Amino acid sequence: MIQLIDVKKTFDDGKTVLKGISTTFEAGKTNLIIGQSGSGKTVLMKCIVGLFEPSSGQILYHDRDFVTMNKKDRMLLRREMGMIFQSAALFDSISVLENVMFPLDMFSYDSYKERRRRAQFCLDRVNLSDAGEKFPGEISGGMQKRVAIARAISLNPKYLFCDEPNSGLDPKTSLVIDELIHSITQEYGTTTIINTHDMNSVMGIGEHIIYIYEGNREWEGTKDEVMTSDNENLNSFIFASDLFRKIKDANK
Amino acid sequence: MLLSSYLHALGRYLILMGRVFSIPERFKMYLRQYIKEMIKLGTDSIVIVLIVSFFIGAVICIQIKVNIESAWMPHWVSGYVTREIMLLEFSSSIMCLILSGKVGSNIATEIGTMRVTQQIDALEIMGVNSASYLILPKIAGMITMMPLLVILSTFSGIMGAYAAAYIGHILTPAHLTEGLQYDFHPWFFWMGVVKSLFFAFIITSVPAYYGYRVEGGSVEVGKASTDAVVASSMLVLFSDIFLTRLLS
Ligand SMILES: Nc1ncnc2c1ncn2[C@@H]1O[C@H](COP(=O)(O)OP(=O)(O)OP(=O)(O)O)[C@@H](O)[C@H]1O
Ligand SMILES: [Mg+2]
Repeated sequence: MIQLIDVKKTFDDGKTVLKGISTTFEAGKTNLIIGQSGSGKTVLMKCIVGLFEPSSGQILYHDRDFVTMNKKDRMLLRREMGMIFQSAALFDSISVLENVMFPLDMFSYDSYKERRRRAQFCLDRVNLSDAGEKFPGEISGGMQKRVAIARAISLNPKYLFCDEPNSGLDPKTSLVIDELIHSITQEYGTTTIINTHDMNSVMGIGEHIIYIYEGNREWEGTKDEVMTSDNENLNSFIFASDLFRKIKDANK
Repeated sequence: MLLSSYLHALGRYLILMGRVFSIPERFKMYLRQYIKEMIKLGTDSIVIVLIVSFFIGAVICIQIKVNIESAWMPHWVSGYVTREIMLLEFSSSIMCLILSGKVGSNIATEIGTMRVTQQIDALEIMGVNSASYLILPKIAGMITMMPLLVILSTFSGIMGAYAAAYIGHILTPAHLTEGLQYDFHPWFFWMGVVKSLFFAFIITSVPAYYGYRVEGGSVEVGKASTDAVVASSMLVLFSDIFLTRLLS
């Protein structure tokens, strides 16, 4: 469980991106952060994982405050996190299998054989059993995303962060990735937070959704509530797509 | 204004070095990187060191013999001068100046690219001390290989001088040998080695600093790479003066 209490972020250039966000992300659920491009989703996620320091507010990981934590404890806590970046961020000088093995090599005390087996298991899990020997530059964007997922789950993280896991992917691959993240979340009871502006993901796996608008948490709810909400800003975001507008009208 | 920005940069550099020199969390992983870096930064530089030193050794010998030596100078002068220049200055300082271009741009580009493609963020999220994991093996690897490069450079320079004697017939090999052996101070050799260790630290840590703090995209990586080479060359030259005064 991750709890945000009044998280604010103002950059050095004086721009306030987050104006006080409070919410709770529960374990075993896929928590979605939605919002327009530039609304601050990535900034919020980076604050949660500590790549940015929030200007004020608290971020509690099971009641441990991450913001005031010392460096050493932060490093230890981070070993319980997995993150999938908007750009996959695989290590391009090592092979796919070595990428997935990297966290294990760094932090687990298993034998080489066991680590390798675990890495292969994670690759199988994302349907990339045969890609282990390839290099990140030699596989497609969707495959890179899946490798990133495999790497993120190799140490059985308690917290999984995905920054737009399906940006730049076709609808079918997006669906596969969404399902993958969803099933991993349920299987291991991870606290999963996903940034997205893909309405298909929202409707598919949105167990808990927060909508960010102009730096505030404008709306919060589930995928069933999202269609029927009467929040104007949320509606203008969701029903920007013609398709969703039609679905809504049909449901009336 | 300028001074305060220099001091800021120095402060940030020192903070980064503080993070670099922390106890590795997984020794085996560092060892693996260390060996990789020794090969990439050290072994892969051997050829250029040999070639450059060979020609410089030959040219110094020819220049002294043809243009400087005169009737009232002893015939061992050109061999002697060649040896002293190689030992005192070329094989350590100038060699590192040349390597700062090769090694420096390599390190700044590699780390800068890792920064802009978020690979460094990925390391941090895993709970790895990215500064230490990426930079420490490079510094250690270069410092380990540097004495070898200095020795090879001196050796190759002397071979160049012999080439001038045997192939170019500029001077007789016997005179050259006499000059090379004349009034030899072993300390001069060690001075070169000691200096080169400092330079090895400069030409790895300074570019790593520039690469590590890149923000933006490929343009910024390119700029960081250029800045890194300029800054580390300057620092090699400045510190050369101090080290030479200190060690002589
Ligand atoms: N390092 C930074 N310094 C200053 N401003 C920043 C920085 N990073 C982000 N911003 C600003 O914060 C705002 C939110 O950016 P952010 O990347 O969080 O958007 P996003 O919601 O993730 O958008 P997208 O869906 O396109 O990824 C932007 O206006 C951006 O200019
Ligand atoms: Mg984003």
